[in-house]
Amino acid sequence: MPLSRTERRGEKQMLLIACPYCGERPETEFRYAGEAHIARPSDPSALNDDEWVDFLYQRANPKGLHVERWRHIHGCARFFNAVRDTVSDRIFKTYEAGEPRPDVNAVVADILAKESER
Amino acid sequence: MQKFSGFSLIRQALSGHQGWQAQWRTPEPKASYDAIIVGGGGHGLGAAYYMAREHGLKNIAVLERGWIGGGNTGRNTTIIRSNYLFDESAALFDHAVKLWEGLSQDLNYNVMFSQRGVLMLAHTVHDVQSFKRHIHANRLNGVDNEWLSAEEAKEFCPPLNISPGMRYPVVGAALQRRGGVARHDAVAWGYARAADALGVDIIQNCEVTGIRRGVNGAVEGVETTKGFIGSKRIGVSAAGHTSVLMAMAGVRMPLESYPLQALVSEPVKPVFPCVVMSNTIHAYISQSDKGELVIGAGTDAYTSYSQRGALHIATHTLDAICELFPMFRRMRMLRNWGGIVDVTPDRSPIIGKTPVPGLFVNCGWGTGGFKATPGSAHVFAHTIATGEPHKINAPFTLERFRDGLMIDEAADAAVAH
Ligand SMILES: Cc1cc2nc3c(=O)[nH]c(=O)nc-3n(C[C@H](O)[C@H](O)[C@H](O)COP(=O)(O)OP(=O)(O)OC[C@H]3O[C@@H](n4cnc5c(N)ncnc54)[C@H](O)[C@@H]3O)c2cc1C
Ligand SMILES: [Zn+2]
Repeated sequence: MPLSRTERRGEKQMLLIACPYCGERPETEFRYAGEAHIARPSDPSALNDDEWVDFLYQRANPKGLHVERWRHIHGCARFFNAVRDTVSDRIFKTYEAGEPRPDVNAVVADILAKESER
Repeated sequence: MQKFSGFSLIRQALSGHQGWQAQWRTPEPKASYDAIIVGGGGHGLGAAYYMAREHGLKNIAVLERGWIGGGNTGRNTTIIRSNYLFDESAALFDHAVKLWEGLSQDLNYNVMFSQRGVLMLAHTVHDVQSFKRHIHANRLNGVDNEWLSAEEAKEFCPPLNISPGMRYPVVGAALQRRGGVARHDAVAWGYARAADALGVDIIQNCEVTGIRRGVNGAVEGVETTKGFIGSKRIGVSAAGHTSVLMAMAGVRMPLESYPLQALVSEPVKPVFPCVVMSNTIHAYISQSDKGELVIGAGTDAYTSYSQRGALHIATHTLDAICELFPMFRRMRMLRNWGGIVDVTPDRSPIIGKTPVPGLFVNCGWGTGGFKATPGSAHVFAHTIATGEPHKINAPFTLERFRDGLMIDEAADAAVAH
């Protein structure tokens, strides 16, 4: 498919996100929901103040691979997780909520290796 | 430093403008400094300037990964105002506005500060109540802010559409007459030139890649693309990249970095007298002295370091601009770009000490830190030079999240400004 004018100029239009339940949809159907795999403390009263700060406010905010939650709010309305590079904004993988955190470097290496074979 | 004046301009004109000197040196880094600032934006350059001028520190370096002012300082829409709700914020932002008022004289550099007034539009009952609350709170703090009816707002800004048939009709506005705009690049350049004249080394194309800590945990210097540079005092002032830098010292931050976009139109004759902002429908606009309409949009939905945003965000803002100012409907946009803004949970900045001895941080300015540049730089300089916060930035600690002492401007200003 020929590139559009904005794509040729390297400008971004919007993300295409693959909801694990519905498939690929435009970004405007989704809502971003922050860093993934931040589990609510199982014994809240055991936490000290610094641990609460870490749970409530401190975030990895990496420049590079980020594991994050999205919600397909204007679709199936379900939460799921994604592995995205915050420099290129490329999404390498999406997976259902509840699945364990993947080894992000392995996920990316795998995809890039497959791409270079082609 | 070569002084700028009407006289020097005439003299240079007579000699064909061949006699102007470079405005700052291009030094190689020394082995060590008394203080290092990481980040050559307005905040970092300003902090170096005030440290040299007010605290007598002369052996200072500002390290900038790219070129000075190439971050958010050179990418922002330059709106300046101080009508924030809480006492702590009003004190900080009004400190900045007062410094803006004398800055061109102070730096001998025209930063083109223009107090043309900032009009914030109210579209809903909630807006009206919240703006009036701001106005009362501001007045108690000695910060000017006044309520205008829709008709008065139109008188102040004739292009404004106040027809009741709009999707979000304008029902009134808050006006801060002392608010306005300044020239972004001139702020970076003016501080750089004045700091350089006081002996500060401004080192561009020098990326900090590591922060070295000694056995006692205190900072010893920074690893950079130009080698190791020693210092017992390091001030991080790196806006969207703060989390990345603080991670180098092992400190986790309550920050998330988002792209924020702006765009400018083709230049036209003067048509727009003031700054207009609408938080409810996500648009803000002013006209630059070159004649371009300068338009700001909201942040993108997700964290990113890509320095560009999605098209639908800019489009959404233009929808609002066209509704508010029908006469701009046929204007063409020339350029669109993004900057990476570091956002805190309460939308207030962090300026102060960190758990690491000798490491200081100025960050979390999010979508609205240009207006604070002189004030923030001034109190950050005090903090680094004396080791303790100035009374104006004392509430803006990193510990406020632990201690439950938020300065919750998020409740009302969680939008680009
Ligand atoms: C589109 C847009 C519109 C905005 N509109 C407004 C507005 O109207 N009004 C307002 O008040 N504010 C506005 N802001 C916010 C404002 O621009 C910022 O809060 C302010 O300019 C931050 O200044 P700074 O000096 O802290 O950051 P910057 O100017 O971003 O400076 C930080 C510097 O650190 C450097 N750096 C980063 N990492 C490293 C490293 N590892 N080593 C060395 N250097 C490094 C960067 O290259 C950068 O130059 C806007 C922002 C954007 C993006
Ligand atoms: Zn779905």
